[in-house]
Amino acid sequence: MLDPVAKLQGIGGRTVGLPLPIELKRLTFERGGKRVIDGIDLVIDSNRVTVIMGPNGAGKSVLLRLLHGLIAPTAGRIMWAGRPLDPALTRRQAMVFQRPVLLRRSVAANVSHALGLRGIKGPERSQRVAEALRLAGLEEHAATPARVLSGGEQQRLCLARALSLEPNVLFLDEPTSSLDPASALLIERLLLDAQRRGIKVILVTHDVGQAQRLADDVVFLMHGRAIEHQNAESFFTNPLNESTRAYLRGGLVL
Amino acid sequence: MADFIDAFQTALGLIVTLNHDLVEILLLSLKVSLTAVVIASVLGFAIGGALAVVRFPGRGAVSAILSALMGLPPVVAGLFVYLLLSNAGPLGVLQLLYTPTAMIIAQVVLVTPIIGALTRQACEDLLEEYDEQLRSLGASPTATIVTLLWDGRYRLITAVLAGFGRAIAEVGAVMIVGGNIDHVTRTMTTAIALETSKGNIALALALGLVLLTIAFAVNAALVSVQRLAKRLAYA
Ligand SMILES: Nc1ncnc2c1ncn2[C@@H]1O[C@H](COP(=O)(O)OP(=O)(O)OP(=O)(O)O)[C@@H](O)[C@H]1O
Ligand SMILES: [Mg+2]
Repeated sequence: MLDPVAKLQGIGGRTVGLPLPIELKRLTFERGGKRVIDGIDLVIDSNRVTVIMGPNGAGKSVLLRLLHGLIAPTAGRIMWAGRPLDPALTRRQAMVFQRPVLLRRSVAANVSHALGLRGIKGPERSQRVAEALRLAGLEEHAATPARVLSGGEQQRLCLARALSLEPNVLFLDEPTSSLDPASALLIERLLLDAQRRGIKVILVTHDVGQAQRLADDVVFLMHGRAIEHQNAESFFTNPLNESTRAYLRGGLVL
Repeated sequence: MADFIDAFQTALGLIVTLNHDLVEILLLSLKVSLTAVVIASVLGFAIGGALAVVRFPGRGAVSAILSALMGLPPVVAGLFVYLLLSNAGPLGVLQLLYTPTAMIIAQVVLVTPIIGALTRQACEDLLEEYDEQLRSLGASPTATIVTLLWDGRYRLITAVLAGFGRAIAEVGAVMIVGGNIDHVTRTMTTAIALETSKGNIALALALGLVLLTIAFAVNAALVSVQRLAKRLAYA
C-alpha cells in the first residue's frame, strides 16, 4: 500500500525553464465529419496546476493528445513559449493516459523500460526505478507482472512511471478515477509536490473536490469548445457560464 | 498382421538399442531443422517486427504475400532452392546442392514466412494497444520493434515451435535439395519415404514413432507456453 508518511521529495531539479505560455490558436480537430475540438482559443500561462473539466465526450482527452503532440490538429496551432511543439519539447513531457497502458513485464521493468527510452542508464536508472516504486507504494510488487495489478495499482504505477521521467510538463487524464479516497489524496500530494518542484501539471478530472484542491486555473470544455477559463477561485465561487454552474451543482449538462 | 507386429517389435528394438543408423538420421534431422529454425527466427522476427511498425508504400502487399507464403508447399520451396543452387543457377558455384546446408536453406525458405507472418500479427496486435504510450515515451522505431518483440515473446515462442513442427515433418524440400544420400543428407522424413518403398518397414516405423514423439512434445510445449502466458497476464 501507499505509505502515508513516505517522503514526497522527488529526485533531481529542473534546469530548463517551463515552455510557457501555452497558446492555442483556433485549435480544431475533426474526426468522421465531427468537430471534436472546435476552434479553441486559449492561453495557459500559469506555471502551476491547470485543471480541465467538462462532461463526458467534451473533448478533454483529445485536447490532451493534441497538446502532447500524439495527434495533429486539423486546423489551428499550439505554441509553447512562442514556438511549435518539437521533439525536444515532447521529450520533456510525460502523459498518464485515461486507461493505463502497461507493458507485459514486471512492475519494475515497466518503469525501467521508460527510463531506458529516455537514455537513462546504470545506477541512476535503478535509483529512479526504486524511487518510482516507493512513490507508487508498489515496492513489494516490483517483480509482479504489471498487468495482474489491481486497476488502482496500475494507475499509480503509470503515474510513478511518468514522474520518474522528470518531465517539465505532465499531462494526466483522470489519474485517480479508480483509486480509493486515501490513494487519491496521496496522488494529489504527489502532484502538488511535482508542481512545487517546477513541473507544469495539466490535469483532467471529474472530481470537483480534487479540482478545488489542486487547480490554479480551470478550463471548462463542452462540445469541443473552451467555454470558460478562469483562475480556480473565481471558477468555483463565481462561474460565468450557465453550463459550468449546472455542471458544478452536479446537474446534467448537455 | 503378424508381419506388422513383427515390424513393430523390430522398430521398438531399434529405438531401445539406439540403433546407429536411426540415431544418425535423427541427429541430422534435428541439426538441419533446428539450424533452419534459428535462422528463420532471426529473419522472421526482424521482418515481422518491421512490417508491424514501419510504414512504407506496399507494406500491405508485402504482409499479404508473407501470409500467403505460410502455406508454401515444401516441394515448391525445395524446387526454388534447387534452381538457385543447381550448377546452372545463380548460386551454383557454391556447390551446395545435396548437402545439409542446402537442406537448411530450403527449410529457412519454408519456415521464415511462418515465423515472420505470426510475428507481424503479434506485434501489430500489441502496437494497437501500446502505440500512443510508446510515442509518448519517445520510442524510436527500432526501440518500438524491440519492445513489441519482447512483449510478444510468448506468442513468438509459439510461432517458433510451429515453424519447427513444420520443418521437422516436411519431406518435399529436403528430398529435392538433399537427395536422401545415405550418411550425408538422409533425414527422418526422407528415410521413412525411402525405407517404406524399399519394404524396410521396421526402420520406417521406428523413425515414424520418433517423429510422432517429437510432434507430441512440440505440441505439449505449445500448450504449456500458452498456459504460462495466460497465468502471468502476458498473453
Ligand atoms: N479517433 C477518433 N475518431 C472519432 N471520434 C473520436 C476520436 N477520438 C475521440 N472522438 C470523439 O471525440 C469526442 C471527445 O472524446 P474525448 O475522449 O476527448 O472525450 P472526454 O472529454 O475525454 O470524455 P470522458 O470524460 O468520457 O473521458 C467523443 O465524442 C469521441 O467519440
Ligand atoms: Mg477522456
